[in-house]
Amino acid sequence: MAEAGIALIKIAVVLGFVLNLAALLTWAERKQSAVIQDRIGANRASVFGLRLFGLFHIAADALKMLTKEDHVPQTAEKFIHGAAPFISFFFALMGFAVIPFGDVLRVGGREIPLRILDLNIGILFIFAAIALEIYGSVLAGWSSGSHYATLGGMRGSVQMFSYEIAWGVSLLGIFMVYDSLDLNRVVLRQGDLLWGVLPKWGIVTQPLGFLLFLAAGMAITKRVPFDLPEGESEIIGYFVEYSGMKFGLFFLTDFVLTILISALLATLFFGGYQLPYLEPDGFRFPWGATWSLDHYTVVFLQFVALVLKIVFFCWLLLAVRWTYPRFRYDQLMDLGWKVLFPLAVANVILTGLVLTLIE
Amino acid sequence: MFIFVALLLPVVALLAGRLLRPQMGHDTKLRPYECGVEPETDARERYSVRYYIIAILFVIFDVETIFLFPWAVIYDKLALFGFIEMLVFLGILIFGYIYVWKKGALEWV
Amino acid sequence: MEQLIFYSLAGATVLFGMLVVIARNPVHSAIFLIGALMCIAGLYLQMGAEFVGGVQILVYVGGVMVLFLFVIMLVNVRTAERVRQLSPEWKTALLLAGALSVELVYLVLKGPGVFATAAPEAIPALQGNTQNVGAALYTKYLLPFEIASVLLLVAMIGAVALARSRMD
Repeated sequence: MAEAGIALIKIAVVLGFVLNLAALLTWAERKQSAVIQDRIGANRASVFGLRLFGLFHIAADALKMLTKEDHVPQTAEKFIHGAAPFISFFFALMGFAVIPFGDVLRVGGREIPLRILDLNIGILFIFAAIALEIYGSVLAGWSSGSHYATLGGMRGSVQMFSYEIAWGVSLLGIFMVYDSLDLNRVVLRQGDLLWGVLPKWGIVTQPLGFLLFLAAGMAITKRVPFDLPEGESEIIGYFVEYSGMKFGLFFLTDFVLTILISALLATLFFGGYQLPYLEPDGFRFPWGATWSLDHYTVVFLQFVALVLKIVFFCWLLLAVRWTYPRFRYDQLMDLGWKVLFPLAVANVILTGLVLTLIE
Repeated sequence: MFIFVALLLPVVALLAGRLLRPQMGHDTKLRPYECGVEPETDARERYSVRYYIIAILFVIFDVETIFLFPWAVIYDKLALFGFIEMLVFLGILIFGYIYVWKKGALEWV
Repeated sequence: MEQLIFYSLAGATVLFGMLVVIARNPVHSAIFLIGALMCIAGLYLQMGAEFVGGVQILVYVGGVMVLFLFVIMLVNVRTAERVRQLSPEWKTALLLAGALSVELVYLVLKGPGVFATAAPEAIPALQGNTQNVGAALYTKYLLPFEIASVLLLVAMIGAVALARSRMD
């Protein structure tokens, strides 16, 4: 019984964090675009004259989506049409099950691993979730029975195909260095120090891998500059025939995926919940100074460190979204197949060579 | 357990939407969106063969990536032997990749 | 508990498999096939073969089935729907199915150990499932692994050759 309670609390923490951050990102995106384009931005929604920088727009959006009429075109395959946004959203959320948000929490003689699922295959689970995510856009496009939607669905799936390969291969270097697919082990090994001072984070050992993963990850979120499946100004995309909450789920999926990519970037390349020089019993600086902290403070600090890293990458992805124009489709394919993929393979061979030489 | 909670969330959202929203059917409203023009053909028609080629290539390279994962995690145990072994494997596939590139299967114009 | 999970997954696999055959719309068939493949992945996970389970979803559901869907979309669904569901060869099929079920019932009645099988080898003590797969694949089964790359090369050339006439 206690086990189930603990599991539920962990799920509540992770999902609460992800969904709230996703909602905040919808607001942040509008506000950031306003700042970049020198506008005031989302500021209309107010409760009794209180505007709060337009934060009420999140609630207003949600209410609007809930009360909007549901539109299913005559040409649609009803059941699949309804299931597609669900598939899309569900598999995007599944990825968070294996992201560790702390090592272990010891409460009253009980050791609680701070992640929802402890799987040896770790990252493969996330790959599988992303692979299933493709069905959301393909089925939405096909089932709508509209030319624009079908085209968007085809584009979306082929884009995911092209970038998933580069995405997967770019991570191999990380697994060669840290010997595990289990994300928690990868994070633990990143706590080591190189030459006694530099934290052994993924960004230090795999700088090229980081850049490739970042680029491919942005393509997977299907946002500008990789937004061809949903090109708002031309084909609208695979969700053109969706309205109300079903569209809302597609809309949220993009942000949930953004958070998932940010969480992966933080976990694999920036030490996850690790803070430099923070050991399980407090800070131990390389110049000899120590600052001991109790167990709860350490776990809390680590959690905060992970949250800050994720928020930073979310900001970075949003900033990229408002800085670059969209690719042309042949440029998109060239980038995936002719630039990222060969570079990722070269990165694997280079990592192998360096690791062999070190030994 | 995570699966059930994650399943529950979108279901609740969609159900709440169903209870709250108005239902006003209208024949023209239910036509598929084509910028106001009447749809001429069925949307489920044939698409460029390039989409299929990319899908096939994806499956092939996906299998290749899968082969690399168990190799990467025990790389420190295999050491030089593993490195040479994977060079042979990758070499054959890189040959195929260059062939595909030269034949123009990756071009999108 | 473990038995319950096993039987519900196995039952769901069979159910999905039947629906694949019965469904009139080929896209629905493909979706049921995805369901069956995912249930099988669940069975692998339950047996502790996490790596195989992950690969099952990644390659079959994430890759091969999307390709299937593409091809089904290529064929016009409306013409396909009119094709008769039952093949005229159903009598032969019934005979074969009957023979197979007799064999299966015989095997179940005999219990395990009808055929002599080699005893499973002791699993080397490594830290996890993926590591075990790697250790076996890259030392003991080196040759099949390298041949797999040749097979993939053939598939690549075949894909290009098939599509080339269309692209020119």
